Amino acid sequence: MSDHTSHAPNRSGLWDWLTTVDHKKIGILYLIAGGFFFILGGVEAMLIRLQLIYPEAKFVAAGTFNELITMHGTTMIFLAVMPVIFGLMNAIVPLQIGARDVAFPFVNALGFWLAALGGLLLNTSWFLGGAPDVGWTAYATLSSNHKFSTLGTDFYVLGLQIAGLGTLIGGINFLVTIINMRAPGMTFMRMPLFTWSSFVTSALILFAFPALTVGLVFLMFDRIFGANFFNPDAGGNIVIWEHIFWIFGHPEVYILILPAFGIISEVVSTFSKKRLFGYSSMVFATILIGFLGFMVWAHHMFTTGLGPIANTLFGIATMLIAVPTGIKIFNWLLTLWGGHIRFTTANLFAVGFIPTFTIGGMTGVMLAVPPADYQYHDSYFVVAHFHYVIVGGLVFGLFAGLYYWWPKMFGKLLNETLGKWHFWTFFIGFHLTFFPQHFLGLMGMPRRVFTYLPGQNLEMGNLISSIGVIGMALGSIIFAINMVVAAKSKKAAGNDPWDARTLEWAIPSPAPEYNFAQTPLVRGLDALWTEKMAGNKGMTPAEPLGSIHMPSPSFLPFLMSLGLFVAGYGFIYAGQWGTYIVAIAGIAFTLLCMLLRSLYDDHGYHIEPDEIEEKGVKA
Amino acid sequence: MAADHAVNTVLPDEPEKATLEGKNKVLGFWLFLGGETVLFGTLFATFIALRDQVNGGPSAQELFDMKIVAWATFLLLTSSLTSVFATMALHKHNLKAVQGWLVITVLLGLGFLGLEIYEFYHYVHEELGMTTSAFSSSFYTLVGFHGGHVAFGICWITGLIIQSMKKGLTVVTAPKFYVAGLYWHFIDVVWVFIFTVVYLMGMIGGKAVA
Amino acid sequence: MKSRWQLNWRLLSMVMALALVLTGCGRENLSALVPKGPVAEQQLFLMVLTSAIMIGVFLIVMIIFAYVLIRYRQRPGQTGIPKQVEGNHKLEILWTVIPFLLLIVMAVPTVAIAFDLAKEYNNKEAVQVNVTAHQFWWEFEYPDLGVRTAQELVIPAGKKVQFHVTSADVIHAFWIPALGGKIDTNPGLTNKIWLEAKEPGTYYGKCAELCGASHALMDFKVQALEASAFDDWAKKMKAATEAPAATATGTAAQGREIFQKSCIGCHAIGSEGGKLGPNLTNFGERKLVAGIKPNDAQHLAEWLKNPQEVKPGNTMPNLNLQDDQVSALVEYLHSLKVTQ
Repeated sequence: MSDHTSHAPNRSGLWDWLTTVDHKKIGILYLIAGGFFFILGGVEAMLIRLQLIYPEAKFVAAGTFNELITMHGTTMIFLAVMPVIFGLMNAIVPLQIGARDVAFPFVNALGFWLAALGGLLLNTSWFLGGAPDVGWTAYATLSSNHKFSTLGTDFYVLGLQIAGLGTLIGGINFLVTIINMRAPGMTFMRMPLFTWSSFVTSALILFAFPALTVGLVFLMFDRIFGANFFNPDAGGNIVIWEHIFWIFGHPEVYILILPAFGIISEVVSTFSKKRLFGYSSMVFATILIGFLGFMVWAHHMFTTGLGPIANTLFGIATMLIAVPTGIKIFNWLLTLWGGHIRFTTANLFAVGFIPTFTIGGMTGVMLAVPPADYQYHDSYFVVAHFHYVIVGGLVFGLFAGLYYWWPKMFGKLLNETLGKWHFWTFFIGFHLTFFPQHFLGLMGMPRRVFTYLPGQNLEMGNLISSIGVIGMALGSIIFAINMVVAAKSKKAAGNDPWDARTLEWAIPSPAPEYNFAQTPLVRGLDALWTEKMAGNKGMTPAEPLGSIHMPSPSFLPFLMSLGLFVAGYGFIYAGQWGTYIVAIAGIAFTLLCMLLRSLYDDHGYHIEPDEIEEKGVKA
Repeated sequence: MAADHAVNTVLPDEPEKATLEGKNKVLGFWLFLGGETVLFGTLFATFIALRDQVNGGPSAQELFDMKIVAWATFLLLTSSLTSVFATMALHKHNLKAVQGWLVITVLLGLGFLGLEIYEFYHYVHEELGMTTSAFSSSFYTLVGFHGGHVAFGICWITGLIIQSMKKGLTVVTAPKFYVAGLYWHFIDVVWVFIFTVVYLMGMIGGKAVA
Repeated sequence: MKSRWQLNWRLLSMVMALALVLTGCGRENLSALVPKGPVAEQQLFLMVLTSAIMIGVFLIVMIIFAYVLIRYRQRPGQTGIPKQVEGNHKLEILWTVIPFLLLIVMAVPTVAIAFDLAKEYNNKEAVQVNVTAHQFWWEFEYPDLGVRTAQELVIPAGKKVQFHVTSADVIHAFWIPALGGKIDTNPGLTNKIWLEAKEPGTYYGKCAELCGASHALMDFKVQALEASAFDDWAKKMKAATEAPAATATGTAAQGREIFQKSCIGCHAIGSEGGKLGPNLTNFGERKLVAGIKPNDAQHLAEWLKNPQEVKPGNTMPNLNLQDDQVSALVEYLHSLKVTQ
């Protein structure tokens, strides 16, 4: 037992961040990475709208424009919003279920580094001969044949493969955490909605991402080894890629939106001072949406030519999703009904979410009608629809979540005045940008066009849309300023700045590394609120104060990801270099790190009760 | 938490689930296998969609040597049985037996892998390369993915046998053995499907090649 | 049953179309909101039906939303705790069942129209056209009429046209918004779709699936002619295909010489020449050059001098032609007329 350290290893600065396995720090790392890629994706979006501000503009060349749209979509979905979602999940879910840690702290860190380095790999393509230019959906044969696409597409394939692996193991980690690590009394039907939606999202990740993995393998084999999966001249079939991509891609949409549903449920409930209306039906609706999410992928393929039977079946299955989604909207409204509604910034975003997302849902139902979709498909109507869902739904939800949980993560409140400016500029800018796009699509503007001809009545809509971007950019800048202001502020947020209801607000802000000095006993839905109503100051502990076991930090997750990062370049340049040696070396290095992890058991370290007392922390 | 002080104490009945870490590992691995099922499901679906697209190259009927495949199947299924014996020995806390059965498992796995490599080598000589046709691409990818899993499993279990010589059977090592056993069963099950879908259906089904 | 549907949607979509025209809904013959054929009309009917239902739902949500936010906002000095309501089964069942009913209202016409649009028509009932998409142009072949053309699709008005669409390289999508929705052109596969233009006229077609650098410029035109004019066109095209004009005069003769030397490898006139580029049999009568610019001497010359400048990434090489060669070619190409 001599190898047990009883003190936290002393690590600071960059070394601390590179080796941390603390879920709260990993959450912050995810937020930093997500924020960085959000800026990249945002700049790409601004260039796109600049090019489309008037007909036949020449700000951006045709080829570059295709790179911009591809990277904007890929970056925003895989590298910006997914990490922010994972950031919030990491920071909050263990606290909400009363756990000291996640189930696999090491794997958790590995998941982050894979996602971050995969994203970095993808983005280095800008400097190495051009970014991918085949759309984020990368339809074959455009993507599968070197005749039609550049090396950029190899960066897309390898970058997403590595990032996707990180997401997958992150999903498994949260499933096990939520199943196995709940505090005493925290039954499934007492879990906060954010935890529930994180649970369902993780399950979707588990069953959706392997399909993407396989699809990317096919694409890589076609491109690098000359395989024929998508080569019609050798018997390949391009529709297979579409199926695989959307079998992953549609659940991916729900992977994104469900956590936002969870956040809205928490925020609306807290700021109306009421318990969530119809909690059980909300849980049921979340599960149902997740389940149906796997049944509807072909609605992205109505114009592929699958025939009327497949089209109508998938169309009707898609319409059915409107039912659980409608349940959610009405439950939120009824949660607000009769409450004392406080319009904090978090709640403004949550409340702004409701009409915006409803519009996105409505156009979603309209798109589910196959014959009508023949007109909408691949037009700006679709662009408008999914931005209403992903920006108006998910990003509003994430902003709500960030304003809400910021004090819990950093110990400081974001400034409310700036927050309101942020909300209104972003909200107005968003609707200006995307509302006209519905009509542009119906008026005959296909998506992914780098320009349009004058005299087609498309000028006005595009101009308004481009102007709206200013509002969204301004809102984002205000948010960045707000973060700085909050960091400089001297005022501590305190344990429970919002008079909130769930377990994370029972502990200090920011949470100590062991989260709960004593594991709490959960006695009802909205665990903290239950205690408040019973007149208690905090949670009742479920165990005596004792020594707390913590996992040791490790540099291996970073090194393992680095191995795959290098291997990625090895595969991309295998053709040019004429050798696979780099790819093999990278993978071998990762395997070696895995071996080291297996051979040397991590016994962790302990935090003793006197240290807990010293830090002045009580349960 | 319990991991550290249980090392020297008597092992419980199901040592792989004695600690929270162990329980997490086992559950996490089951979930991982769920993801693997989707992975292989996608590979199978693609193979089924493309298996008749021979593009003038050799077809399944012309190519497959069922004798090799039957031997490979026999080896792999036997190794599944020996890995069960290893897990049973684990529950009886008999480290020597665990190691012995796992060594046999690894040897059988190596035999399987050798036959598979021979088989691929043979097909390449029969003019079926990765780039020959959509059938060949999907065949090599599906069967190769499985072969890669077997190879990884062999390395993994070998590593476990070696480290157990030093560490012994504890609540830390027990989940590792158990999980490796799960993995090995999983790739056996996948092989059963490959045998059925790729080989048996390949011999009887498919379009006749003119 | 079908006739009742047809009557209903025709009435409704006509009213809606009128309303939309008045409020500005895009350029005539381009917009999906101003349908010019039965397919686009049925689709607009579904669009109007679903948006009407959805706007109704949205209004209900918005009324509750506005009421709740105003009525239950926290007042200054307000204390106490609102009543903690667990849920309400009646309400929850209500907002589960009503959406179901609305979905059924949408699903029934959806199925009916989806199957109607998926019908296939043989060559007695419809003109057959094979469409092949290329980076970045469209090839149209009329197998029954022995005619092959490019970039400008000619169809008879008031008659169904059955399209068989495929691609020579990557996925494109064949879309004529005013006549009906789109269908993907999949390399290695053939999709079918029927469309009809009610009135003679010129309609705008587009590529709707990202297909490379000049995806945005892959436009084409549809000329719907009176049935007799269409037959006449087809007859003359067929004659020109079988026996393309072998002579040209003046500068055009020079142009013909250059064409025979440099262009014929990819471009056919009539049945002579390659198939890599658009067939130019009736080029002199086309309204657009490269599918996007007016077909006049200046734009054609620009295109011939530097094709990549006009349509980035297209497969036509820069032949480094001298100015006099360009004007000779322009003269010749503009002399390629079939119907006059």
